[in-house]
Parts: sequence; structure tokens; C-alpha cells
Amino acid sequence: MPTVFVNDKPVEIGTRKLNCVQAAELAGTEVPHYCWHPELSVVASCRMCLVEVGELKDGKVTMQPKVVPGCQTPVKDGTVIVTGDYAKRDQNVAPLSYDANYKPADRAKKSQADTLEGLLINHPLDCPVCDKAGECKLQDYSYQFGRSESRMIDVKNTPANKPGLSSKITLFTDRCILCTRCVRFTREISGTAELLVVGRGHHEEIDVFPGRPLENKLSGNVVDLCPVGALGSKDFLYTQRVWYLKTTDNVCSGCSTGCSVHTDTNKDIVYRLRARPNPDAQGHFICDEGRWGYHFTNSPDRFTKPLTKTDGKFSHTPYAEMFPKLKADIVAAVKADAASVVVVLSPFLTVEEAFQWATAAKSWDKGVRLALGPVPMVGVDDSYPKDVKGNPVAPAKFVIRAEKCPNRLGVEMVLQHFQGSVTPFAGIGATTAVVFVGGYPEPVTAEALTGVVLPDLLVVQDLFTSPLAKAAKYLLPGTSNFEKDGTFLNHAGYAQTFARAANPPKEVRSELQVACDLAGKRGLAQASAVRKDLAKTFPALAALAEPKAAAKGAARLELQTV
Amino acid sequence: MPYEPVLLARVGTPNPASVEAYRADGGYAVFERVLAEVKPLEVVTRVKDSGLRGRGGAGFPTGLKWTFLPKDHPGPIYMCINADESEPCTYNNRILMEKDPHQVLEGIMLSCFAVKSECAYFYLRYEYGDAYRTLLAAVNECYAAGLLGKNIRNSGFNLDIVLHRGAGAYICGEETGLIESLEGKRAWPRIKPPFPAIEGAFRKPTIVNNVETMACVTQIMRHGIDWFKSFGIAPDPKNPRDAGSYGPKLYTIAGHVNEPRCVELPMGVTIRDLVEKHGGGVWKGRKAKAINPGGLSMGFADVNAPLKGEDGKTEYDIPLDFNGPGKIGCLGLGTAAITVIDDQTSMVDVLHNVCQFFSHESCGQCTPCREGTGWMLKITDRLRRGQGRREDLDILIDVSDRMGIMPGTTICGLADGAGWPVKTAIRKFRAEFEAAIKDGTRSRHAKSLDLVGAH
Repeated sequence: MPTVFVNDKPVEIGTRKLNCVQAAELAGTEVPHYCWHPELSVVASCRMCLVEVGELKDGKVTMQPKVVPGCQTPVKDGTVIVTGDYAKRDQNVAPLSYDANYKPADRAKKSQADTLEGLLINHPLDCPVCDKAGECKLQDYSYQFGRSESRMIDVKNTPANKPGLSSKITLFTDRCILCTRCVRFTREISGTAELLVVGRGHHEEIDVFPGRPLENKLSGNVVDLCPVGALGSKDFLYTQRVWYLKTTDNVCSGCSTGCSVHTDTNKDIVYRLRARPNPDAQGHFICDEGRWGYHFTNSPDRFTKPLTKTDGKFSHTPYAEMFPKLKADIVAAVKADAASVVVVLSPFLTVEEAFQWATAAKSWDKGVRLALGPVPMVGVDDSYPKDVKGNPVAPAKFVIRAEKCPNRLGVEMVLQHFQGSVTPFAGIGATTAVVFVGGYPEPVTAEALTGVVLPDLLVVQDLFTSPLAKAAKYLLPGTSNFEKDGTFLNHAGYAQTFARAANPPKEVRSELQVACDLAGKRGLAQASAVRKDLAKTFPALAALAEPKAAAKGAARLELQTV
Repeated sequence: MPYEPVLLARVGTPNPASVEAYRADGGYAVFERVLAEVKPLEVVTRVKDSGLRGRGGAGFPTGLKWTFLPKDHPGPIYMCINADESEPCTYNNRILMEKDPHQVLEGIMLSCFAVKSECAYFYLRYEYGDAYRTLLAAVNECYAAGLLGKNIRNSGFNLDIVLHRGAGAYICGEETGLIESLEGKRAWPRIKPPFPAIEGAFRKPTIVNNVETMACVTQIMRHGIDWFKSFGIAPDPKNPRDAGSYGPKLYTIAGHVNEPRCVELPMGVTIRDLVEKHGGGVWKGRKAKAINPGGLSMGFADVNAPLKGEDGKTEYDIPLDFNGPGKIGCLGLGTAAITVIDDQTSMVDVLHNVCQFFSHESCGQCTPCREGTGWMLKITDRLRRGQGRREDLDILIDVSDRMGIMPGTTICGLADGAGWPVKTAIRKFRAEFEAAIKDGTRSRHAKSLDLVGAH
């Protein structure tokens, strides 16, 4: 097995082609870097990842006489890497036999400190007003490698900021360290190539072509990619200090790609979504629609109270009052004709919620029908990178899907299991009672209701007002995907379990809870308990039973067939 | 016996740039003979055996570079001619291109034949308008005479020479920077490996050679290996890695001399000879203080510093071959363009000028060079305004020492070249700098040159 030695610690790399940064990561050592990114081409220009490398042969180490950029240096069997963090190495590992005159990590550590001093020469000391403070690589590494006082006493370069770079993104030009990640992103991933470097030497700046601002559907990723506070999302700018934010691993509900995201919240308000690298789901990036599409969950227009319609007017009814009446109405309808009672499950529900609702419906009577809620489709799948004319280039590196819901496959899987087929919402036919479990971030349109005759007994649980909600007799507030834990199955049948990032508004009961309540199950609904049932019912989801994966909210399971 | 120029032999003859005159002087006969009788590999071997080292600055053996090309490559293989002669005070390529373009073109034809390249890109710096027009006319003449194009002289060998004008950036003279610029991109040098001989222009194997190297190839093929090896300095037997410094070399003399000019001499002439004999001595009856042995980036020689172990000799007496300047702490021979600085000139001003050049020309890709050159400019600017501190000198040495491909902190050699003049100037003339700092007087030139803005 090919073995690489990182700060004396042997680590097996297998057949993978790795560079020094990746090999060190395998060994648990972080090599600081700015310009290198696993999804982008290697430019080896920031010179922060400088390491010392050598070769172990016949028990003796021969080190190269100069430092090399770790990102650009491939490793092979017997490669010895000494990083600037050699002093913090695992003391239990026996040191390799270096040359007697060789002092490990002296050069690497000094070179990294030198690079850092260089980066800080023209970097403003505006951390107190910089949004990146707290999660800034320049801050982190300065703390680790830098000197406490600058030797530079001359006037710093102060290029003008560029708020006009994009409608969504602003550039603090003086904070930029020219790692060119953003430039390479627009050239290699989005293919739109809006960004470029202008000027030369220490007067270099990131810029756009005149009249061609950074406007593409993936533009927000440059903010994630920026290792310092140069590129800022106007949406998040000056709203929160990052150390107040609580980060939860979540899944975007914007389309069926099901991107893994970090959701940053403070006091149950979602402030920011960031891409969570997940090669199995979407890779390292997310689209702007998803990134800035979280605002619905903070919207003041959401339903926050259970409402009952009497004489054409909605009035607030506490759950304790409403549920006995609601249940009696449904039971009566089921008794009259079970087949004319339909429970509609939207593709925004988690697998757990769909399963619990289906279980509840079938507990009323086996004859109660289940249907799939309207599946929002917008345009066609949008694949990146694009060429000059805007046509997609193969191989696709990112796809924004036309199916604007996260879990159609998961809900369909549940429906298949309970009644063998999937009835679309438009095909529910004649009904006496409909329970519509929504959770749509965009109100259900009148179009989606064409051909559907809504009965008098209409129960709707949703987020926003719509023609459907207006027709309801019982109107229950729903939860957004940030306010529940559960599992989504993306377009490829890949299941991702995620945790709750925020609590729903006070009087909102989650879809899972309502399903349990209506099924007569007492107590607090637990998604993890439902997940265990799911794992038993569906062999493909068997791994979901493992509480650890579920608790971490990052279960990564591959579905073979759905 | 005075040396009889070969590379410059036709300079000054009537109408030297025309193909007829060149043929009358025996030009293209060798190329035609090679096409008819010689195999490409033999040309490579002959150039390799001649010991020709690249004239562009680094002195890499030309024949050896050619052998790095992949064997039996289906092609295309590209040849790039580096005529982005941007090193300050260097103009030997310009003389060749303007005064004897066909000698260069014949060398390109022979080299392309040797490496089996059917397309040569002649990358010319934009500022050389005359050279461009002369070369363009010469290339057109060659096409008309059937020396370029398809199936030249029925040999089955095709060759096109494309003239490409750069847009005026020093970094385009770095071979991978040149290739990037040729491809229409920003001239940011590429990370190596892969070297251009494996993957260069348009991701194909590429050889990048200097203009003077091409002229030397012509002369080697014309006069033979023995002739070429009869000039210059044999390898140092104590240094197995020394490839020797053979052949004639064009030296340009600039700065504070009476007769700045380009002279052709065998390798290994001393600086003293160049200045006193060929350059007509230092101007205005002054004495030389510092000499730049081969373009700014090679650093400075202190004319008055004695050489160790050699009685009475100073750094003024070092030979200008590929090894000479290295012995006195300079980077190398470089472009063999010497710049003379007289004893009335302040080294602070000289250094500021140097830093200004390199901070303007740093491509800005690698952090140590981008920020280092800018910082050094700011410090030297402050020194020049009489606001220097003693520790500034140590900072300058520290910064210049840590950037470059030698410590391994940058992609290309521009940073080495930017650091070398700074560290040699301060190490060799420290007393002068310290006196200037103590004195606190403002330089007479402090206002004449402004800090450059974005290019």
C-alpha cells in the first residue's frame, strides 16, 4: 500500500492521486491554503501551502533543498511531507531519520510567515467592521503564523470598493488577497467568465468587464469561495456577526438537486445559507436561487395560527378546540365513503412526514386515498458550465433542476408503498373531504388547482395564503424545511437526513405532529422514531436506523432503486 | 588580434535586411544543404555538441532543451522565438532583428527542421516597431523565395513563421508567460512541471528560444562545432555541472559610458575591458562605481571591491561568461547587457529605479513577489525622500532574499531578478545607504519619478 509520511506520521493513500495538502488532510494535519480549492484548477500562487518534501528510501530521508507549494506537488509512495505545524506533530509516532543538519519545518514555517506578512502588507486592518471576521482564513492564519506587529510603516494601497460588481455581491477591493478563486469559479464552474484580474503587481484588482456585471445563477458561490472578506453577499452584509450564528447542516428545498447546505441562524431566524461540500449530492457549490431563497421562512406573511372558517370568515381556534371537531368531521366523511376522502401529500414534506401522514390516513380506513401534491416545474434543467453563447458544456459540473421541490421521489416512494401507485393531485376526482398537507414556500397557484373540485371539508396545512388556503375549512400553519428534521430523497434517489435549524413560530405544530395527533398517537412526535419505522419498511433506507447518522443530521445514503 | 565579428558581420553592409544581399553573403546555403542532405537528429546533435547555451538569460544548453521534446510526437510541435527583449539596457536582439533579420530567420528554419516543428511563433515586444517591419518584410521575402511555406525546396518540410507582437509587459519574456500571452491570455507564468517541451503553446510540445540563440544556430551550422568552440571558456573541471561558455556573444554597453553600443566578443571578456576598451570609458571623466553585469535583474558588481585571492583585481575584472557574475554574488550572466553607474550617482536613486521597474512589471500572481516588489518600492521611495530607517535595509534584504524560485516561493524567476539587485546593492554599498539614512537628505530626483499606478 502506498504510504506517505506527514510530519512523521504514516498515512496510506491507496490508489488516489493526491497532492500534499490532501495527503496532509488524510493524516489530520491542516496545511493552510488560500488559492487551492478541490473543485478548481491549481494555480499555486498564494504560496500559503508551502511545505517541505522529501523521499524516504532505505530508511533514510532525503529532503528537497527548497520549499514547494503543497497544492501543486503530487505525493507518491515514500513521499515525506513536513509542514509548518511539525512542532504540533503526534509525539507518539517515532520520528523519521532526517539528516543531522536538517531542522524539520524551519523553512516551511518561515516561508508561511513570510507569505502572511506579504498578504497583510496591503490588507486593511478593518476586522471590526468586516463581515468575514470570525471565519476569515487570513485572521486564522495570522493568529497561527503571523507576527503581532507589522514591519510595514508606509501607506497601504487603498483601491476603491466595487459595490457595482453585481446586484447581489459587493467587492471590498482592498481586502482582496488575489487568490483568484472567484475568477476561476466563473471561468471553470459557471463558465460565464465575468470576473477577471486587472492591473499588475501590487495594484492588481478583481474586476468585471465594463457593463458586464457578475450576474449568473451561481454567482453567490464566489462569496463562499472568498477566503477573506473581499467578496460579500449584499443579502447578509452587516446583518449578523458570524460568532452569534448557529450553524446547522441542512438540505436546500429549492429544487430536486437537494444541495447540502449550512444554515446559519440566530434566535430562530435564518440569516444565511452556505454550500456544504457533499460530493454525493451536488459537489461544493449551490445556486443563488437556493442561497438567497430562504427568505420565505422569515416572512411575516406566513400563517402562524390555526384557523377555522365559520360563515366564510377565518378565526383563530386553538388546537385543543379545533382537533376534536376536525377529527369528528373526517371520521364522519370516512364513514360515509372512505374512498372519497383524500390526503394530499406535497413533495416538500420529508419522508418521515409523508410516512406518518399516510399511516394516519390508512388508520382511519384502508380505503382513504392518498395523492401527490402539485409538483412545481419551472423551465428545464439548467446545467453549468456554459460556453460563450450560454449553451451548457459537458460534463456538467452543476445542475439547477426544473423540478422545484426537494422530495418528490421520497413522497412517491411512500405513496407507492401504501397504495401501489401515485395519484397526482389533478387526478383525485370526486371527493367529500381533502386533507392537503403542503409546506409550499411559494403559494399554490390557481393553475395547480385546475380540474380539481374542492369539497367543503378541506383541511389545509401550508405556509402562505393561496386560492387553496382560502377555500379551506380548517387552516393549519405549516413548517418550512429549516424548521423540521427529516429526510429528503433527491432527483437521484440519494437520501439526506438533516437536522432542524430553527424553531417554527410559537403556535405552529409541525406536519409530523399533526399527523400523529390526527392518528390518535399521543405525545411529542419524533422524526427519529419514524425514521426507525422507515428503515424497517424500506430496505433502501435501512441505514437510516442508525441513530448516530440521524442525530448528526448528515446521514449519507445511496439508494440503489427507488 | 582584434576579434572579427560574425553575428554582427553584416551590420553596416549595404541593404543588410534584403534576402538577395543575404544570399550573396552565403546565406540560406546551409539551410538548403541541410534540407537536402542532413537528418533532423543530426542538427540536434550538432547544436548539442557545440555547447551552445541559450542567450536569453538563463543559459540553458539549447541542444539539451531540444532533446526534452517527446520522441515520435505526432505533432504539432511549436517553436517560439522569444523576442520580448524587455530587460533594461538590453538591445542585442534588436540589433540582430533590425540589421540582419535573415540570419535569425535561417536559424529559426534550421531549428524548426531539427525539432520537426512546422510552425514558429516569433513573439516580438510591441515597442520594437522597426524590428517588426524589418522582420515582416524579411519573412515575406522568404515566402516569395520559397524558403518558407509548404514543401520547401521539395524536401517535404513545411514551415510557417508567424510574427506576433506583444503588448509591452516584461513578464511576457518568461517562457511560459510568453506562451500564455501568445494564447491570448494574461501573461501569468505557468506552474512547472509540465515544462513547455512537454506541454507548451496550445498544450502541445513547445520550444522557446531566444533570438540571439537562433543567430548562433545559423553560425554553428555554417562554420561548424570546432569554430564555435574555439571561442569562450571551457567548463570548469572542478564543477561537473558546468556546461562551459562557448561561442561569440553580443554584449551591450549602456549607462554612464562615452560610447554605449553593442559589441560582439568571445565569451569571457572582463567588465573592465568592455567599459574601458569597447565602451570608451566612463563618461565625463568620472569613475565607475557599480556595474550591472547582465541586465538589471542580475544584481550589481562593486567596481572597487577586491576579489578574494586575486591580487589587485576587483569585481571590475570578472569575466562575463555564464559563471563569472555568479562568483561575485550576482545572479548570472543574464542578457550580457552591462549598465555602468558612475561615482556621482546615488545608489539610493538607482535602487529606487530598479524597484520601480520590478514592482511595475511583477505579474502579481504569487504573493511574495506581488507584495514584496511593491513593499520594496515603498521603502526605497521613503529612503529617497530622506525618511529611511536603519532597519529598512534589513527589511529590504529579508524581503528580497525570501522571494523567488530559488527559495521556492514563486512560480517564475522574475522575483529572483527583482530581489537580486536589491540585496546585492545593499550588501555591497551598505555604507552609502546608511550614510544616506543618517544624513536624511532628500534625493535630487525624488520628485521626477512618480509611483506608478495600475498598468
